[in-house]
Amino acid sequence: MTDILTVHEVRINEEIDIVHVRQAARDLAVSVGFSLVEQTKLVTAASELARNTLVHGNGGRARIELGRALDGTPTLRLAFTDTGPGIADIDQALTDGYSSAGGLGLGLSGARRLADDFDLDTEPGKGTTVTVGFRARRPARG
Amino acid sequence: MSRTSVIELQDVLLVTIQGELTDRDAMALQEELTSSVASSSARGVLIDVSGLDIVDSFLARTLHDIAAASALLAADTVVVGMRPEVAITLVELGLTLPGLGTALTVADGMDKLNGSARPR
Ligand SMILES: Nc1ncnc2c1ncn2[C@@H]1O[C@H](COP(=O)(O)OP(=O)(O)OP(=O)(O)O)[C@@H](O)[C@H]1O
Ligand SMILES: [Mg+2]
Repeated sequence: MTDILTVHEVRINEEIDIVHVRQAARDLAVSVGFSLVEQTKLVTAASELARNTLVHGNGGRARIELGRALDGTPTLRLAFTDTGPGIADIDQALTDGYSSAGGLGLGLSGARRLADDFDLDTEPGKGTTVTVGFRARRPARG
Repeated sequence: MSRTSVIELQDVLLVTIQGELTDRDAMALQEELTSSVASSSARGVLIDVSGLDIVDSFLARTLHDIAAASALLAADTVVVGMRPEVAITLVELGLTLPGLGTALTVADGMDKLNGSARPR
């Protein structure tokens, strides 16, 4: 399991908040020594999921947990929660190219590929939480 | 927050994007650029993305749409300077940007638009 070291919350109510989520995710990833490729994957996944929270979930929040695995590896876990319409057909939503909104339909499935761990918790009419986890490949500094 | 500049070099529009782009910034760029292509009768659009530290699906779609609209206005689009970590991430995201011309540097991109690939 993972020890949680710090928790950050970013609200997602308007478009600029997508930028705020990206910046918070980037800053935390840099602070614990994620490589440039790892940072880029993480920030890109965060951008996709924050946009989904805003556009499909009618807004919500991102919770970013900085942790440490048993072997000392830094971990980042990002949970995006909304109280929007939920997702009726999870398999369909996770299919590459499916979009109910005229998008490319790659945000959710792509974020899943980019992450080391992925979890989707949703209930029609109640809301959605998408969680992605990332581990730094190289050992923490210091 | 983001700085985007468009300059006209002969009959090519050179676009430089830097910093954090909101979705609205991306859409504004698309509109502005497409109008510029029409009014300047440019033959090519060169988009320098070396200043971007991520390209997500929204921005990728915008780049794709810029190229499609420019093509209807008889201009080719070439994206240059993508960072390697951005390219790796885009592929994993599932975005390979088919149909979008690419080059490594602005000079290579200009050559590509002028139809004379520079020897490697
Ligand atoms: N938080 C959410 N709440 C409700 N529905 C969602 C949520 N996230 C995703 N979905 C559904 O899953 C579909 C697929 O999401 P995905 O991010 O892959 O594509 P998209 O957002 O439509 O397009 P894009 O490629 O631009 O991200 C969405 O079209 C939407 O129907
Ligand atoms: Mg999406």
